[in-house]
Amino acid sequence: MSSVNRATVTQSLSVSFTVGLYGTAFGAAAVAAGFSILQTCLLSLLTFSGASQFAVVGVMGAGGSALSGIATASLLGIRNGLYGLRMAPVLQVKGFKRVVAAQITIDESTGVAIGQEERGVDAMKQGFWFTGFGVYFFWNLFTLAGALGAQAMGDPSAWGLDAAVPAAFLGLVWPRLHGKFERTLAVSAVLLSLALTPFVAAGIPIIATTLLAVAFGWRARQ
Amino acid sequence: MTALWIGVIGTSLIAFALKYLGHSVPEKYLKNERMLRINTLIPIVLLSALVAVQTVGDKSKLVIDQRLAGVAVACIALALKSPYFVVVVSAAVTSAAIYNFG
Repeated sequence: MSSVNRATVTQSLSVSFTVGLYGTAFGAAAVAAGFSILQTCLLSLLTFSGASQFAVVGVMGAGGSALSGIATASLLGIRNGLYGLRMAPVLQVKGFKRVVAAQITIDESTGVAIGQEERGVDAMKQGFWFTGFGVYFFWNLFTLAGALGAQAMGDPSAWGLDAAVPAAFLGLVWPRLHGKFERTLAVSAVLLSLALTPFVAAGIPIIATTLLAVAFGWRARQ
Repeated sequence: MTALWIGVIGTSLIAFALKYLGHSVPEKYLKNERMLRINTLIPIVLLSALVAVQTVGDKSKLVIDQRLAGVAVACIALALKSPYFVVVVSAAVTSAAIYNFG
């Protein structure tokens, strides 16, 4: 890596810290859903993808099977694979370095890297690595803090955790709802999942909404 | 092994496999326009469904309680372009207030 681009590093670290803070919400949500502190921390260390982690915890915490939890989390993790496709030609890494790069390929590391495009390939690489490692560090640190905090709290509802978890999901999906098409899709998913809830096992109503994504995405929009 | 452990390990293995696959597969094999389009919509449906089920779902029943008020406040916070932590905390405070004093 050539000289360090200061603007890139500043951006990487501020993203890392801000995003890492949400780890507190995840840690607390996981413990509230019945996961142990060890399981909670392993999810952040090994899965390391916020939406997927919230999903498996949300689905299984609501009584869903391991299979529906894993399936929901994995569907949300597909985009990381697409980020990997985008980043591989920029990073050009093999062997162990590729394993490390893959593990830290998430929304933020890819987003910051792409944001450096005008500063050149070196800045993109730096943005990827600094943001990836930075988020990894803070996300895991704050996951532990949130897990310990939630364990000390006792009844999750008394602290509003039961509403904080859906609010956390809402905050994740909100920026994606920029057009009428996306909002219609989101409302359809809400209605379908609620309509199915009384009739099928927990977790299935959530996975079933992928059919809506297929239906809405089947044809290209004009 | 308990279900939770299966969830933790299974989710982690597949999450890594998906990431690594992206770094290792030649791009030309994955350039199906339709798949890419559907894939960008998947987070929208899954996250929206999770919001709905966690807000009014209780096992196989639909229940209106303090959670809905909390999420409604989160909606207002998001509409006002509040930072993420304000969104989450305002939902928690609203829900907790109704649960404890309502």
